[in-house]
Amino acid sequence: MNNLNKIIKKISANERIDINEGLKLFRQADFLTLASLANQKRFYYHPDKIVTYVVDRNINYTNICASGCRFCAFFVTPNKGRGYIISKKDLFDKIQETLDLGGTQILLQGGMHPDLDLDYYVDLLTYIKENFDIHIHGFSPPEIDFIAKKSSLSIAQTLLILKKAGLSSIPGGGAEILCDDIREKVSPNKCSSEEWLEVMRQAHAQGMRSSATMMFGHVEKDFHIFEHMDKIRNLQDETHGFTAFIPWTFQPDNTKILVKKKTAVEYLKVLAMSRLFLDNINNIQASWVTQGDKIAQTALFFGANDMGSTMIEENVVASAGVDFMLSKEELTRLITKAGFEPRQRDCYYNLL
Amino acid sequence: MAISFIDKRLEGIYSKVLNNSRLSKEDGIYIYETHDLIGLGQVANHVRRSLHGNKAFYIYNQHLNYTNVCKNRCRFCAYARDRKEKGAYTWSIEEIEKRLLERIDEPVNELHIVGGLNEALTFDYFIDLLKTVKKIRPKATIKAFTSVEIDYLSTLAGLSIEQTIQQLKQAGLEMMPGGGAEILNSRIHKELFPRKINHKRWLEIIRAVHRAGIKTNATMLYGHIETIEERVDHLITLRELQDETHGFSAFIPLAFHSENTKLAHIPPTTAVDDLKNVAAARLMLDNFDHIKAYWVMIGEKLAQVALSFGADDLDGTIIEERITHMAGAKSAVGLTKEQMEDMITKAGFEPVERDSFYNPKTVV
Repeated sequence: MNNLNKIIKKISANERIDINEGLKLFRQADFLTLASLANQKRFYYHPDKIVTYVVDRNINYTNICASGCRFCAFFVTPNKGRGYIISKKDLFDKIQETLDLGGTQILLQGGMHPDLDLDYYVDLLTYIKENFDIHIHGFSPPEIDFIAKKSSLSIAQTLLILKKAGLSSIPGGGAEILCDDIREKVSPNKCSSEEWLEVMRQAHAQGMRSSATMMFGHVEKDFHIFEHMDKIRNLQDETHGFTAFIPWTFQPDNTKILVKKKTAVEYLKVLAMSRLFLDNINNIQASWVTQGDKIAQTALFFGANDMGSTMIEENVVASAGVDFMLSKEELTRLITKAGFEPRQRDCYYNLL
Repeated sequence: MAISFIDKRLEGIYSKVLNNSRLSKEDGIYIYETHDLIGLGQVANHVRRSLHGNKAFYIYNQHLNYTNVCKNRCRFCAYARDRKEKGAYTWSIEEIEKRLLERIDEPVNELHIVGGLNEALTFDYFIDLLKTVKKIRPKATIKAFTSVEIDYLSTLAGLSIEQTIQQLKQAGLEMMPGGGAEILNSRIHKELFPRKINHKRWLEIIRAVHRAGIKTNATMLYGHIETIEERVDHLITLRELQDETHGFSAFIPLAFHSENTKLAHIPPTTAVDDLKNVAAARLMLDNFDHIKAYWVMIGEKLAQVALSFGADDLDGTIIEERITHMAGAKSAVGLTKEQMEDMITKAGFEPVERDSFYNPKTVV
């Protein structure tokens, strides 16, 4: 218990805790002690009682993917017939609708389609930028890594080309758990943890910001969660390019991994630990998509200061059997009822 | 335990709690007003843990809603039907028997029996109902009829409340749920359920039931048109009656669901309000042993969280919840014993399967 108090004192003094200290706190501290520490830390970083959200839309340009991750219920293998590549008309309509609804950005992500090359992505970005003034948050590191390898270009060259074509920032998806023993089990064909980090390192070096995510609750152990956060924290020390961290729980329905879904308390504990461990990342996002409105609102007291996106459209998590939907009105009502001021933000967490 | 409050005003409430002094109406109102949800949770958790340690209770139960025909037609209800309306039903004694037998292999320890005020039923029906349940499930406890039904049954029987209770007790009634309290005041009564018994009568009947040696629960339906002050007054009214009778077993805050009711314009309660109601109940009701987080109404996920905000009981496995689901509840209609224990364990508590009177069920 004395050891635990020492760790708590360190946190209260705004000192960094290491993996072992994080694990000890996670395993031994009372649920509300974690909440209280995370909540105080949240107010230390964000003394204003503001909770932000972004209005955007997920656009999945293709569901065809050669990766075949065991946790994914969204993808279709190439040549299966049910696959699609988005048409320009659909893309146009979706973006127009996003702008009409007050949206400021699109989250552009898709599968690792074996037949698409760099020209496709450049054309996609150019088309969007020619027609709309909208922020493109797109292509998670596994996609960038895939495109680079397919085009025999370096990560840096690939990013530069995509940036010139209109890409502004990188979503932190595909991180799952950044430990290769876990990645080999759940996503053997996707980029390694070092490759994931390298994409982010290069993107940050080119002045592109990104978020970071963590998908937990599949085959990892608790120490993997801390190894993951440690890698993110180390890279952030180096680049300061991460805007936010978004932990969310694996949704097992329709996937090949048969595990029990993580419970609300387990999610909130990991969320609180991410606020306490990631002392160099400003924003921690609640995941209403995986947790539902009630736990997302509760998350605002467990370290989260951002509600994520209103998500005019979301397909990937919905394929795994979760279909929470929240309108902008409902999202802002939840924030207000929790005693905070809801504020729309842009991709860089500037208030609009 | 030292608590670092973000809202320093909670320190006063916490020191009262530590000194075992009763919280005032003003304290109660402040509990609802504070934005320091975690500080409040920690105070409620302190009380909860000093009463029950690490235990979290649940029961393996079955609901029997014998009829949805009801002459009261309260504005907040999505369940009731008129006699000839589409979807109206009344279970015969044979139907009740069938439903009990369908699940006879399950280890059901309690039958929770409530229904509408159906003018087609006679007092004999209720006596038969209890006797039938007792015959088929002799070891399970019968927890049946709210005060509203008891009042109605006494007019059906032409007997006094006391005599009615005696008759029901002889037929097998052992405990009563806490429904029909809604918000115990005349303004809400007039606006939302004018045809149902008022708060004075509700309390009178509960008092008589407790005097007859039957334990009951108590509830509060929140999240409709009531004010914070009305909620706190409700809790204090229950606390005063409990001082007198000691007949209440558990208190259950009930989150209002508006879908398919006459109040459909009212948005659902949010998690913060749900958790505050659990914490407020734990702190204001210092003479109640148990506070339930009713997962049917607040969802399984939040009910699990509520175990750290003052609740010590997750109610039952249920399997076939009807009333709240008619009003749009998104929760499951039932949970298995395994799911219940898993939720509790993963919240850091020790699951205890109980009987109706909070005795642990020992594994045979």
